[in-house]
Amino acid sequence: MQIRVQADPFDYGAECAAFAARAAGPGSGAGAVVTFLGLVRDDGGRLSRMEIEHYPGMTEKALSAIATEAAGRWPLSEVLILHRFGPLAPGDAIMMVGTASRHRAAAFQAADFLMDYLKSRAPFWKKEFAADGAEWVAAKDEDETALGRW
Amino acid sequence: MIDLLYFAWVRERIGLPRERLETGAATVADLIEELKLREDRYAAAFADLRALRVAVDQELADFDAPLAGVRELAFFPPMTGG
Repeated sequence: MQIRVQADPFDYGAECAAFAARAAGPGSGAGAVVTFLGLVRDDGGRLSRMEIEHYPGMTEKALSAIATEAAGRWPLSEVLILHRFGPLAPGDAIMMVGTASRHRAAAFQAADFLMDYLKSRAPFWKKEFAADGAEWVAAKDEDETALGRW
Repeated sequence: MIDLLYFAWVRERIGLPRERLETGAATVADLIEELKLREDRYAAAFADLRALRVAVDQELADFDAPLAGVRELAFFPPMTGG
């Protein structure tokens, strides 16, 4: 299990390759790897930049708890959660998750679960800056509803 | 002594990211009432508790959570990760 919270950009291709290499390690039994990448949407050209604030200490704990919960529900041989904070521009990579399992259904479901929980249970807050002002992104009701799926 | 941490618009409304407080409040809700009486900026930040979440020692908690033995309390809007 790997949890990383960082301001620095990351190379999605290199991260995917490294994750797949760990997942394919001897004895892992993995037959499927799923990775997901989240990007800053440009919102039709309206958004000029984004700032992500987080709660150092709680963030790492919350992400570990979410990953541990996923590993308890599905037979995962590897899990990765990588989330950035600080200033970001449209098109930038915000975060990624990776899951590896024996079969694809578990890997897909676990990745979906991680994303649903990251949305509303990990202490990150996004602020969007546009020509007409800055605004904190409001949590959506459907993000809370999505947790009911699990 | 309790460390109070504020994030996102809660931090902006109160005007500081953290402070240390000596309090006799028994619960999170009691402490909020104490803060609201202090200054307008606290009253503004804590006006609508439905728009707020609280973490007690870095775990999400309810507003009726007791404060005995608590070291760190954080107030913030609903989270928007991912």
